[in-house]
Amino acid sequence: MSTSVTPAAEFHQHALALAAAQSAALAQQDNSPAWMTTLREQGAADFARTAWPGRKTEQWKYTSLQAFQDFVAADWGAAPEVGSEVVTDAPSGADTDTDAVGNTVLSLDATRLVFVDGVLDMLASDALPAGVTLFSQADADADKIIADHLGKIAGGVDASRRNLFAMLNNAWTCDGLLLHVPRGVTLERPLYIAHVSSAGAGQPAALATVANHRVLIVMEEGSGAQVIEHFVGSGAGQPAFVNALTEIQLGNNAQLHHTRLNMEDEALSHVGAVHLNLHRDSRFHGFTIAEGSRLKRIDYQMNHCGRGADLKLDGVYLARHRQLVDYHTTIEHRVPHCTSQEVFRGIIGDRAKAVFNGRIHIHKDAQKTLAELNNRNLLTSNAAEVDTKPELEIYADDVRCAHGATISQLDETALYYLQSRGISPSQARVMLSFGFINELLQGLPHEAIRTALGTHLAALFAADRALVSDVGYSDQQAIDSESV
Amino acid sequence: MLQINKLNAQVEDKQILHDLSLNIKAGEVHAIMGPNGSGKSTLGNVLTGRDGYDVLSGDITFNGKNLLEMGIEERAREGMFLAFQYPVEIPGVSNMEFLKAAVDARRKHQGLEELSSFDFMKLARDTSKQVSLDPSFLKRGVNEGFSGGEKKRNEIMQMMLLEPSLCILDETDSGLDIDALQVVASGVNAMRSSDRSFIVVTHYQRLLDFIVPDYVHVLAGGKIVKSGDKELAKELEAKGYGWLESEVA
Ligand SMILES: Nc1ncnc2c1ncn2[C@@H]1O[C@H](COP(=O)(O)OP(=O)(O)O)[C@@H](O)[C@H]1O
Ligand SMILES: [Mg+2]
Repeated sequence: MSTSVTPAAEFHQHALALAAAQSAALAQQDNSPAWMTTLREQGAADFARTAWPGRKTEQWKYTSLQAFQDFVAADWGAAPEVGSEVVTDAPSGADTDTDAVGNTVLSLDATRLVFVDGVLDMLASDALPAGVTLFSQADADADKIIADHLGKIAGGVDASRRNLFAMLNNAWTCDGLLLHVPRGVTLERPLYIAHVSSAGAGQPAALATVANHRVLIVMEEGSGAQVIEHFVGSGAGQPAFVNALTEIQLGNNAQLHHTRLNMEDEALSHVGAVHLNLHRDSRFHGFTIAEGSRLKRIDYQMNHCGRGADLKLDGVYLARHRQLVDYHTTIEHRVPHCTSQEVFRGIIGDRAKAVFNGRIHIHKDAQKTLAELNNRNLLTSNAAEVDTKPELEIYADDVRCAHGATISQLDETALYYLQSRGISPSQARVMLSFGFINELLQGLPHEAIRTALGTHLAALFAADRALVSDVGYSDQQAIDSESV
Repeated sequence: MLQINKLNAQVEDKQILHDLSLNIKAGEVHAIMGPNGSGKSTLGNVLTGRDGYDVLSGDITFNGKNLLEMGIEERAREGMFLAFQYPVEIPGVSNMEFLKAAVDARRKHQGLEELSSFDFMKLARDTSKQVSLDPSFLKRGVNEGFSGGEKKRNEIMQMMLLEPSLCILDETDSGLDIDALQVVASGVNAMRSSDRSFIVVTHYQRLLDFIVPDYVHVLAGGKIVKSGDKELAKELEAKGYGWLESEVA
């Protein structure tokens, strides 16, 4: 390392120091399970060994990690206490305002668990239902399930594509949440997990909040569940760094609907990933939405491991001001007769930037695969930017695969139609811009979320023209579209 | 109601309408017939003010005002309504939201109060039943996945909700079966009044059996080549357009 320490190198050092401090604290308590020690040590070793991503790192080519400068000068504070519960007066559902999905925990007809900076807030949460347990409170059975799966699903990625921040998440794992749905059982109520970042509320400005979230979902054969993960910023406007990793195992014939809402405010940096293994005839229906911030990077790594599995993922991203949103998705079709259907739409305004990279990898044996990927972007200012790239690798010959990415503009005919009914051009643009993403919201099965999101976003579109497209700003341009 | 005087108009540098004049008084129903490509839809688009449809010369007065100085939405608020030949699908924008925005805009222009959501929903449901459209269509995206007939009925529903003074129906009958045709015709007939006029663009005499016009005009090559009463429509049905085109040429 050179004498002038770069922000990246400094972050690296801080991150490892924090992991070490946590390990020391865990050792004091001497009840941490063996798997955790292994996971943490391995994570720290991997992280230490892996170079910081730069412009030449393919997976980070378009996304600057400049935001990490926020964290290098800051005192990160002490390691969080392990297995503790906090009681906060931070967002609670009591006065939920559906207008503010961004910084309010929602009141839904669901089992609600609220984590503040990675720690369960008992007062704001419902009692843990059957099958849900904190890693720190796992009994022998749960402990075995965790040991069998945690880190293994995310760890299954090709060595060359392993994610630095997944390693870091391993290194920082002190606790987490397990949802285990036994064979044949369908969860009666959806599980709603709110991950709140207090963003240094009530702390000196110099103290950045660093939070590590870890969720493991193990669905046994024939089980069913709905899970909503909602990332909430406190609105305190202070820098915070969140690293959130969710691993999901879908057994044969299991069904999961998973929603991931990233609505944290501008000051927050979020690096997160969902890793998913689908076994025979299982079904995954995912929905994700992200509003931009200093840095938002979200990876979906989805692996078809058993025939007949079905996957559908809808995504929406909205970036304005100088925000950044980056979605990277990968689907590994390793076995025959599986389907995947991905639809992502984004609106990018002001000087904001979005990155979408959708990779579909169809292995030699994955005959009769049906894969579709569609990404459409609406740029609402000349200074807004999107880098979109579908990436196909196909090694089987009997497959159907369609992919396309476009930068669109509002449909002139639709605009004319609305105006011909007396609607003003400016209102028509709001309706069409919102409609562009609302189309995907309509696929959400949970009506309360659809309503809360819809209300929040409609207000956002009405209030900030940054997300409203003016016809003529951008050119329709097919970047890449083909059928195989 | 509407005076069109020596209108010349072009689309994408190609002149389509030639010296077209038409005078429509309040309460009248005018049918415009003519072969494909004769400029019938172009006339509708020029009247509503669609971008790309340029008036080269001539003038149009609507309710005593210079129509050509008004924007698209102003014309609509003033009471002009075009039922599209090809209604537009707008996924993501609910039919109900769309209809409410349109009715609010028109009412505001007329100096009336906006209807409450509750009152509007009731009105919209009642109207949808009048055109035999299940109220569930109100919740769907605008025309999204509607069949041809459902789209046309949605147009008539909009017309009923907006209560325009001039209604232009552009081949609203094409692609409709006889039941749907009757729904459309009875919707139009229910709206006929001494202060509302209609331009009914159609290929077929059939519709004019249900909506009986006061005048029939034949448009060919962007010109009105013949005008008459409802008997002209029957003559056209029997003889086709050929004799007129050769007469003009
Ligand atoms: N948007 C357009 N761009 C180019 N040509 C057009 C456009 N609209 C109409 N036209 C041309 O104008 C002529 C009249 O078309 P139209 O008004 O649709 O006829 P009709 O409705 O009588 O069938 C046709 O030659 C058609 O090709
Ligand atoms: Mg036409």
